[in-house]
Amino acid sequence: MKKKNKLISREIFLKAVTDSFVKLNPSALVKNPVMFIVEVCAVITTVIFFGGMFGGKYSGFVLQISLWLWFTVLFANFAEAVAEGRGKAQADSLRKNKKQIIAKKVMGIAMFEINADDLRKGDVVICEAGDTIPADGEIIKGIASVDESAITGESAPVIRESGGDRSAVTGGTKVLSDSIKIRIVSDPGFTFMDKIISLIEGAKRQKTPNEIALTILLAGLTVIFLLAVATLPFYYDYGMVSSGLNASQNITIPVLVALLVCLIPTTIGGLLSAIGISGMDRMIKRNVIAMSGRAIEAAGDLDVLLLDKTGTITLGNRMASGLIPLNGVDAAVLANAALLSSLSDDTPEGRSIIKYVKDNFSIKTKDIHSENATYVKFSAETRMSGINLYSDTGKHRNIRKGSLDAIERFVESAGGSVPEETYDKVKQVASEGCTPLVVAENSKVLGVIRLKDIVKGGIRDRFAHLRKMGIKTIMITGDNPVTAAAIAAEAGVDDFISEAKPEDKLVCIRSEQSKGHLVGMIGDGTNDAPALAQADVGIAMNTGTQAAREAGNMVDLDSNPTKLIEVVEVGKQLLMTRGALTTFSIANDVAKYFAILPAMFFALYVLPGHKGPLESLNIMNLGSPESAILSAVIFNALIIVMLVPLALKGVKYNPIGASAILKKNLLIYGFGGIIAPFIGIKLIDLLINFLKLV
Amino acid sequence: MDIKYFIQPAFLLLTVTLLTPPAGRYLFRVFEGKIKIPGFIKAAETLIYRICGIRQDEEMNWKTYLWSVLAFNFAGMMLLFLLQIFQNLLPLNPQGFGSVPWDLAFNTAVSFVTNTNWQAYAGETTMSYAVQMSGLAVQNFLSAATGITVILALSRGITSRKSENLGNFWKDLVRSVLYILIPGSVIVSVLLMGQGVIQNFSQYLNVTTLEGISQTIPMGPAASQVAIKMLGTNGGGFFNSNSAHPFENPTPFSNFIEMFCILIIPAALTYAYGLKAGSKKEGWIIFGVMMFLLVSGFAVSIFSELSYNPALNTASLLEGKELRFGTVNSVLFSTITTDVSCGAVNAMHSSLSPLAGMVALVNIMLGEIIFGGVGSGLYGMLIFIFITVFIAGLMVGRTPEYLGKKIEALEIKMAIIAVLIQSAVILMFTAAASVLTQGTSSALNSGPHGFSEILYTFSSAVGNNGSAFAGLNANTVFYNILTGIAMLVGRFGVIIPVMVIAGNLGKKNISPVSAGTFRTDNYVFALLLTGVILIVGALTFFPALCLGPIAEHILMGQGVLF
Repeated sequence: MKKKNKLISREIFLKAVTDSFVKLNPSALVKNPVMFIVEVCAVITTVIFFGGMFGGKYSGFVLQISLWLWFTVLFANFAEAVAEGRGKAQADSLRKNKKQIIAKKVMGIAMFEINADDLRKGDVVICEAGDTIPADGEIIKGIASVDESAITGESAPVIRESGGDRSAVTGGTKVLSDSIKIRIVSDPGFTFMDKIISLIEGAKRQKTPNEIALTILLAGLTVIFLLAVATLPFYYDYGMVSSGLNASQNITIPVLVALLVCLIPTTIGGLLSAIGISGMDRMIKRNVIAMSGRAIEAAGDLDVLLLDKTGTITLGNRMASGLIPLNGVDAAVLANAALLSSLSDDTPEGRSIIKYVKDNFSIKTKDIHSENATYVKFSAETRMSGINLYSDTGKHRNIRKGSLDAIERFVESAGGSVPEETYDKVKQVASEGCTPLVVAENSKVLGVIRLKDIVKGGIRDRFAHLRKMGIKTIMITGDNPVTAAAIAAEAGVDDFISEAKPEDKLVCIRSEQSKGHLVGMIGDGTNDAPALAQADVGIAMNTGTQAAREAGNMVDLDSNPTKLIEVVEVGKQLLMTRGALTTFSIANDVAKYFAILPAMFFALYVLPGHKGPLESLNIMNLGSPESAILSAVIFNALIIVMLVPLALKGVKYNPIGASAILKKNLLIYGFGGIIAPFIGIKLIDLLINFLKLV
Repeated sequence: MDIKYFIQPAFLLLTVTLLTPPAGRYLFRVFEGKIKIPGFIKAAETLIYRICGIRQDEEMNWKTYLWSVLAFNFAGMMLLFLLQIFQNLLPLNPQGFGSVPWDLAFNTAVSFVTNTNWQAYAGETTMSYAVQMSGLAVQNFLSAATGITVILALSRGITSRKSENLGNFWKDLVRSVLYILIPGSVIVSVLLMGQGVIQNFSQYLNVTTLEGISQTIPMGPAASQVAIKMLGTNGGGFFNSNSAHPFENPTPFSNFIEMFCILIIPAALTYAYGLKAGSKKEGWIIFGVMMFLLVSGFAVSIFSELSYNPALNTASLLEGKELRFGTVNSVLFSTITTDVSCGAVNAMHSSLSPLAGMVALVNIMLGEIIFGGVGSGLYGMLIFIFITVFIAGLMVGRTPEYLGKKIEALEIKMAIIAVLIQSAVILMFTAAASVLTQGTSSALNSGPHGFSEILYTFSSAVGNNGSAFAGLNANTVFYNILTGIAMLVGRFGVIIPVMVIAGNLGKKNISPVSAGTFRTDNYVFALLLTGVILIVGALTFFPALCLGPIAEHILMGQGVLF
């Protein structure tokens, strides 16, 4: 996806302006009770204006009030339309990629070319170099490099292969080389791409739990203020009778309506849906697809994060970083044995041993091939690999490398025993956070290979950052406790679970959740799927298996595990923006009262030679009752537009602790919310009186 | 202004603050069943359970608990209504009072069951000793105890982990009465009798005064009822003039005791709540906010009372004040009795300066949460805490939580209903009364002061305060019915949502505290809570206040009085 730096582009702006009017449709607006009431008020004042005009009484004041009420609704609609527009623009660019694709469907041994839309779950297709993958699927045969820039925006191709955790392919991406056989896993309309498009467009956007609660609060406040305004004419009536005024001097409906609109929380009411939509949008900008708004909100609440060691905290593979010969063993002998025993070991660790020996000792591989050899492949069962050499002299050399217990068995079966110092060396290596492998020849232990886990650069700072956000990190690894502790210390995680089996992740999440924590988890493998589904926020790597991607409630297109920090930040920003604008909206009411009430009540209890007693409440010294009311209404409308950028960008989040954040936001949006309208209304009033608008 | 005016208030508030922890600890231990009590009280408790068939270990969920509260209160109301209707047939009626009219009987029954003690009647000329003692005094205990049971249920809901159990209503009720209200009342009655408050069953005395006029002096068992009217924040006086009557409040010391008694249980409940919540600070923050609002209100009132009054060319008006104790004690009493939903008065609130009258009004309008009624003050405050936590929690970027419990849509819905329903009734009933002749004809004064009288009446009813602005003749069918409804809504319109919240919170798990958790035990929260209370609670009534006390205050500056 293209990243846009500008908040609102020209086309989005123009489209949003049109949409603002379309959204005036009351049946759509009724979902937002606050703005719906404003619209009803606008209709009422407009009717009154035209009624007055046809009755021969033109009122510029009523006209302006009704115009600004319409503007208030339009501005709120505009905010929502802009937020939607930005999503739509992204969706459109995705949809362009989704043109007609021809799929090569395999049936038995035959192959047919059919339209991609006719593919169903379970079908098998073949994709060759240059083909666009027709739908989401799982590679069942082959390996290929795939260009996924259509969804990730990243142009470097990625490798996808059958089996393992990198077998998922996404419809719309392109095979660059080789040929793969794919089993389709989604029906048309339900593919990953379709899901992304509908999410971005906000077509299926549902209100999140906090948004629902906030809407209830706002509706409640609206009803309270509605009652306060609706009962006011009755109180005023009492005052009029007491002051000896006649009924014709009662408060007019446009004035009451103006007071109502100023008091109900229009600022937050108008911007609420824009905030929600733009939260989703900000996730997408960071190449994270959230399957629901609920997931984004939950991300803000996370306080425990479960991380796989391998691939997340450390670079995927352990690397040989040292050879430790036992006493009396020549280092070169050990190096030679280590090399020989690793020849058949195809794992990254095995390859790293060969590389290490070649780089540090002058041993050439061709020396070895001259001899007769049988290879013992590494297996999870034996946890050893090695080589059996038969020299011409008839001497057998059985060389093995493997975990301590595996070598123990090997040496003992050959009639030897493991010397005491081996255990010390193994323990020492483990305590450094490295993995020890023991090398033995026949019944003799030669030494220990140190495999080092390389902790990713900068990961420590990331965890420190998470800690400041109030999130505890738990590393989960199959390593023994000593190794795990050393890596945990190096990476700076808060806790670790060692010797973990895949199902332990699920157990761990459940136990944290039962303690009341909200748990986030990042995973990619198929065996992660249950844990991803159980976690409150499960982020699946886009490189992961289809099962993992479906289990999680977010997908990270960049497959970058540390992305979680940004995900949490977006979640928090979303809530903070809502809270800040609610506070601001409510705090605004104080000033609006001081603008409108004196203007309403100026005629009551007037004594000869005095101003009306309640005019003393006009502490802003506004020009006239009409200009005071109009200024408040104008301020109320303009503040929505002025806060649109804040709604779209979100309130900035710094991990400085909840109390400090609250203090800061309270000062800006609470205290600021009380002060700002006093200044704003006064300035507008000066302008109105200068232009003689009323 | 002189420092001497502040010594007494400071001494009172200090005493309350100092005694809050021990009293709170006592309450907490009673509710947790960790208290050693004299055998005869325990025996009485067991006997009550046996007679009533109460299984005291039975836990109730929110529905059962709520139904018990409602059924118990409804039964109490019916009984009280019938007692009044048939008082002419019952014994202990030396003055031979007749049956109480139905509208007044309804109003009074509601009033005493809802802990309002709004008295549209004059006690000494309407109610027999039998009704006073077996009806009104009994409800003084039970309505206060009901308040305690509801806050107990809510505090259990807040602090329990994934549990539907909110305790046993009957057990909570019996314990509140037996362990707290009765012992407290006995001590206070004795202290008051020592000061000269009367306690007898005599016929009214006919005496000839110094002027040579014959006067009837009412008698009766006043001390026992005064004690519970204060402790239980009921406020219903034995005599019509309440604590301004020398037989109810004879000396400065009795005045001190009475003010202390109004405050102590609601204050101690905040401490007990802190203990229950596992952090005394949580309790102290609530106490602090309440105390801040109390002191601020008092400061405004006393400032206004002691300021120069241009209309009368004097400062410190004594008209309508408690002459024996002076302006400061009258204003202090008026502030406390309106803060605490008590409603006992030692001076006529109608005679307060306009701004002091407004403070009394605002105290009530906020929903009686500045210490508030026994139990009801704290659960009312917790409603505001839920709303504050919700807004503040969002501002720190997390789903709002209070003491580890997530505050979600249902809690907010119930909290806003509780706030809304009270405002709605005050606003709408006042609107009706200010335009209908049945409403306006009762007001004694004209202009903004008359409006304040009407506004105060409905605020007092909804807030279950029970004090009157005086000046308004409330014993009409119109006012009896409307205030009766207002009292019911003000009481049960809050209790029902509170119980729903209690049930729902109880089922939730408790999230552990982390750096990202929003804390409710520091001054930032206290500040925010105060702001929300003032803005959400008072903003609704600002237009009405403008037309009442504010207009009156400004007009006073222009030399006009009402």
